[in-house]
Amino acid sequence: MSTDALFHMNITNVMYIVAAILFIVGLKQLGSPATARNGNRMSSMAMLIAVLATVVGNDIMSWEWIIGGAIVGAAIGAFSARKVAMTEMPQLVAIFNGFGGAASAVIAAGELVRLIDNGADIAEDVSITIMASVIVGGVTLTGSFIAYGKLQGVVPTRPLLLPIRNVINVALLIGMIASTVWLVVDPSMTAFFIAGGIALALGILVVIPIGGADMPVVIALLNSYSGIAGAATGFVLGNNMLIIAGSLVGASGLILTRIMTKAMNRSLANVMLGGFGVEDGAAGSGEEETRPVTSIQPDDAATMLAYAQSVIFVPGYGLAVAQAQHQVRELADLLKEKGISVRYAIHPVAGRMPGHMNVLLAEANVPYDELKDLDEINGEFQRTDVAVVIGANDVTNPSARTDTSSPIYGMPILNVDQAQSVIMMKRGMSSGFAGVQNEMFFLDKTQMLFGDAKDSVEKITSEVKDL
Amino acid sequence: MFDAEALIIALTVFVLAIFIGYEVITKVPPTLHTPLMSGSNAISGIVIVGALLVAGQADGLVGQILGAIAVGLAMINVVGGFMVTDRMLKMFRRSGQK
Repeated sequence: MSTDALFHMNITNVMYIVAAILFIVGLKQLGSPATARNGNRMSSMAMLIAVLATVVGNDIMSWEWIIGGAIVGAAIGAFSARKVAMTEMPQLVAIFNGFGGAASAVIAAGELVRLIDNGADIAEDVSITIMASVIVGGVTLTGSFIAYGKLQGVVPTRPLLLPIRNVINVALLIGMIASTVWLVVDPSMTAFFIAGGIALALGILVVIPIGGADMPVVIALLNSYSGIAGAATGFVLGNNMLIIAGSLVGASGLILTRIMTKAMNRSLANVMLGGFGVEDGAAGSGEEETRPVTSIQPDDAATMLAYAQSVIFVPGYGLAVAQAQHQVRELADLLKEKGISVRYAIHPVAGRMPGHMNVLLAEANVPYDELKDLDEINGEFQRTDVAVVIGANDVTNPSARTDTSSPIYGMPILNVDQAQSVIMMKRGMSSGFAGVQNEMFFLDKTQMLFGDAKDSVEKITSEVKDL
Repeated sequence: MFDAEALIIALTVFVLAIFIGYEVITKVPPTLHTPLMSGSNAISGIVIVGALLVAGQADGLVGQILGAIAVGLAMINVVGGFMVTDRMLKMFRRSGQK
């Protein structure tokens, strides 16, 4: 290597270190809402430095294709980032994960093409990492697209269970190992394509049996995969920058996955095996519900709220569906003007991705310090006059504490039943995702307010104004 | 040829980075989990570095096209991820803060 080339390589590596530090500090600043925006800017600076470092340190032979690809990609990214509605954030993250996985797989393909064209022997570690990169990337790609389809309602959200899926999965795994061995022994594009095809099929088969409400776990896991795919690509190319940044993303996705499964009291294996809500749901809906519930009209609900001293709102996915977050904030402002304490209780799995509710409420100008986690708020319910549940169901079901036969037994829930009185806004009497009837409905302190959440909240607000 | 030393170094970096990631990210509060996910999406766009290497070193047309596709896919993550994260974080405010 000439001294000039060596010099360039050193500059590149020093810039990579700077980028790695900025990525880590940027993530650290995500630790508080006050510094988070700055942290995100630091990460984007890190990315710019990493790209510049790569360009400086390597002889890029032709620019036309690179610039073309970059412009198209940047345009698509910018367009979707601007246009996406906050309710659709899970879909956007899912599809971005898919693109990340696809990029890793395509890079592995490109590198293999180059190595085969060169005609030199390909070392075993290189072939294995190429396979790892295409397999993780491929699974991430199709898995993410199925997750997107389920979130968007294009693919049926109920778990789809193929009769012999275990046999198919095992066959695919064997095929994957066989094609990897083939590529190591005799490098060819055919072996690569077989492994790639198997990975794409596996991504579909892994996600399709998982129910719609388990998607937060799946997205978090695929998020982690897209990082691991990046790290695998780093092994292929012997590039530390890719390994470091990929690992950070991989760790982040794994942590979020664990938080989600813990909040549902399920193991990751249990989620991935799928089928949750099918068998149990069928059993639950078998018996007709005959117990009486008390229902209430918006004007009575308004009176209850206006004469309360403290109110906790409990938003769930139903709030996002009804797009009622702005109306809820208006009602909350009105109550606060009357000197009533207002807070929001956010369950970790409320919404369709980790932290989804917080973003929706932030969009409606709800200050983040009014949003309380499970641990922070659960002790407060017994000192609260009215809890208003909007489109949340399973996460408020007291049978999770008491009924050992319930499928959601052991799941940490919000102690809504401990409030002095409860208003539950719902469209109808349907059970939640887990297919179990919510015992909350039948408590003496619970008033059911049926109808569209946005509509109901608007009516309550105007009634409170008139009081 | 099989380069054990390089592989060990790469593995060392990988393991240490996972630990740092774990330590830093467990401190992110639940309120910011969605921006964390979209932000880490953007960071996984780091594969653009790999895409540049492959595209830049490609001799034939196939390699160049694969490189361009990879650059495009990675750019979607980078630009889209950082922009949408910023859009979300802009909305977070404290009580009494306009």
